[in-house]
Amino acid sequence: MAMVYIPSQWRDLTGAVDRLELPGRNLREISRELESRFPGIAERLVEGDAIAAGLAASIDGAIASRGMYSPVGPTSEVHFLPAIGGG
Amino acid sequence: MTPKSEQKKYKVIGTRPIRHDGADKVTGRAVYGADLRLAGIVHGKILRSPHAHAKVKSIDTSAAEKHPGVLAVVTRADMPNLKDKIADLGEGSVNLAHLGANVLAHDKVLYKGHAVAALAAVNPHVAEEALKLIKVDYEVLPSVTWVMDAMKDDAPLLHNDVFTKSMGKRASKPSNVPTHIHFEKGNIEEGFKAADVIVEREFKTASVHQGYIEPHVSTALWNQDGHVTVWTSTQGAFTARAQTAELLQIPVSQVTVVPCEIGGGFGGKIAVYLEPVAAMLSRKCGRPVKMVMTREDVFEGTGPTPGSFMRVKLGATKDGKLVAGEAWLAYDAGAFPGGVIGPGAMCVFSCYELPHAKVDGYDVLDNKPKTQAYRAPGATQAAFACETVIDELAEKLEIDPLEFRLKNAAKEGTRRVDGPVYPRVGLVETLEAAKNSPHWKSKLEGKHRGRGIASGYWFNIGLKSSVAANVNNDGTVSLIEGSTDIGGTRTSIAMQFAETLGITAEAVHPRVGDTDSVGYTDVTGGSRTTFATGLAAHEVALDIQRQMRERAAILWECDASQVQVEDGAYCHKDKRLTFAELAGQLGHTGGPVVGRATVSPEGASNAFGTHLVDVEVDPDTAKVTILRYTAIQDAGRAIHPSYVEGQMQGGAVQGIGWALNEEYVYSDQGRMENASYLDYRMPTALDVPAIETIIVEVPNPAHPYGVRGVGETPIIAPPAAIANAIYAATGVRMTELPMSPPRLWAAMTKGKQS
Repeated sequence: MAMVYIPSQWRDLTGAVDRLELPGRNLREISRELESRFPGIAERLVEGDAIAAGLAASIDGAIASRGMYSPVGPTSEVHFLPAIGGG
Repeated sequence: MTPKSEQKKYKVIGTRPIRHDGADKVTGRAVYGADLRLAGIVHGKILRSPHAHAKVKSIDTSAAEKHPGVLAVVTRADMPNLKDKIADLGEGSVNLAHLGANVLAHDKVLYKGHAVAALAAVNPHVAEEALKLIKVDYEVLPSVTWVMDAMKDDAPLLHNDVFTKSMGKRASKPSNVPTHIHFEKGNIEEGFKAADVIVEREFKTASVHQGYIEPHVSTALWNQDGHVTVWTSTQGAFTARAQTAELLQIPVSQVTVVPCEIGGGFGGKIAVYLEPVAAMLSRKCGRPVKMVMTREDVFEGTGPTPGSFMRVKLGATKDGKLVAGEAWLAYDAGAFPGGVIGPGAMCVFSCYELPHAKVDGYDVLDNKPKTQAYRAPGATQAAFACETVIDELAEKLEIDPLEFRLKNAAKEGTRRVDGPVYPRVGLVETLEAAKNSPHWKSKLEGKHRGRGIASGYWFNIGLKSSVAANVNNDGTVSLIEGSTDIGGTRTSIAMQFAETLGITAEAVHPRVGDTDSVGYTDVTGGSRTTFATGLAAHEVALDIQRQMRERAAILWECDASQVQVEDGAYCHKDKRLTFAELAGQLGHTGGPVVGRATVSPEGASNAFGTHLVDVEVDPDTAKVTILRYTAIQDAGRAIHPSYVEGQMQGGAVQGIGWALNEEYVYSDQGRMENASYLDYRMPTALDVPAIETIIVEVPNPAHPYGVRGVGETPIIAPPAAIANAIYAATGVRMTELPMSPPRLWAAMTKGKQS
């Protein structure tokens, strides 16, 4: 299962849980798992069919490029981060 | 500096061919936006706010409209009423209401220079004169231009509909702080308890502009069939198209953006300013409308990079191991949300292995132009703070500052404070290259002189890129790519294509396509183009190679799998055809060969740099002279070393300007008082020595040639390196940018920290 890290600002919903293993083949499934365990989290993570504006997901150290369809491996590490651009 | 075990033999990569756009550039034939001439063209100008913050009570354009030389006038009333819609523009999302209100102010002006109205006239002079006929009734409001003042409870509120968001969690009260970022790693209290030495300092930096030499320029033609064509200076034709279409509320297919040659961008030419306004003027007058900003427009109306306030605290054990770090960062975003605090907060400790850390970052609205990206956006400010504290910590521990950095440097497996773990990265290698450099080994002698060192990190991004190629029957290939060429990327992309296909760089004819000529491609920014569009070019070359093997198989009546490619030639048994020979036979083996690829790589290229600088400080005037400067950077693989060196030198010089002189000077009324290159002091060739460069090559595992982006990292280290050199020269720790003569003189006179 993937190791999903919970941003500190979301830990008010997770009872201070800062990471947990979750099943899921992509971010959409991970998001559903998160929401089922910690209701309210999807409202912060998802807008419509996409990762919320201003947020990005890092999977195994790389910024996910396929939004909620980004694949997650069975031993992946998932972080939710501020979105970055560049000059 | 590539380790021998990793050296590969390349025929094109690593060489220095003449750039493909060289002849056009040096003969003046390259077509920039201002060079564009179209039949019936007219000229647009923008009326800008004289106030930093005011309600727009009314706009009377009647007198301007009656002027015989004026063909059209537009205000907010002519633009679509955009809802609070978020649009994905490739490099990030944008609130369209905010973007639209920045292009033409709605009910309030939020900074001096904010666009209020525009008109098109028969020539630029008439347009400028006619602007005076537009009457705007303002109700002036209190303004704020310092980030810490803007965060106060009683600060003037810029927007009633902006609420602090903290990773998607929204506050209930409107605020000048649209974003709060928070990272934690380990246990910060325990970390500092374990420290033998702790240093904590506060830092300030001024707003600085990207300073591209070419002002913003756009020409638009809204044709009678409803199609809009925009010729513009942009870092991304497709994002310019998306923004223009969204702001005009027309389908993207109704807009074609033709990217002109670009005279610099550095992150400042991603957001649109003129494009939708020129299009709306064109719609009203039925003629192509050209708009060119003045330098004053550029300073006052387009994005600088944020001013900032930062507090950084680091602790280490007496044997020189970092154990804890805490940072509190506030960056101004200007008039609209969406500054660069995210990467600033992610980068502040990104050079070091820190077991315990806490970072808080705040994006703060104030009455300045909406900030935009500027080379490694947010990282330079953060590095100024962190690398200065690192230097002071090393001094207190009586450890050489380079050795202290080496001892704590991030490497493969290091977990950043924001969470992700680094793959193979090259900070240690840049520090070792610095240690072995002629510069570091040289002695610096003389009074009032000092040497400084600092390191910097930038992520680099992937995003989407498309490339297409047509094989010509003379053995050359026309390559069409979607990345606008700011720093020589036509050539660095063509070289990767040539290397893969086994032909020369000169046999490739690269061209930047418009939005109807090539597949979707994200901006040239985030140091992504040589990495991502180069990857697309590599894949196109593989596609062409596959097709060429099929063609050779037809000629030799064998299976394509039996055709070998050796040194760029196609072989089967004793038969051999060069690429050019085979290209000459395409006509009777099935016709043209075209290739295409689109990529969306996920691997960031994680680039580190370390800079060394020697300075001399005039004890009477506090003027800082750069005596010697060396920029060292991990390029992964330098495709065209001259371009890599050029990026390192250019970034270093921009960082020197940021460090020593550049700043937006504001009056008490929130007006920029130095909006010209006479008063906004950028470094010239007389101010800097030749910048020495050392390219380190630690290949990026996420790219077939090991490419890492190189465009942004070199601007990060200079202010901190120079601050550390000034300290070595004077004994004064500078904690505010720019370290201009008046500011440094005051600090030297006080004999303590500024």
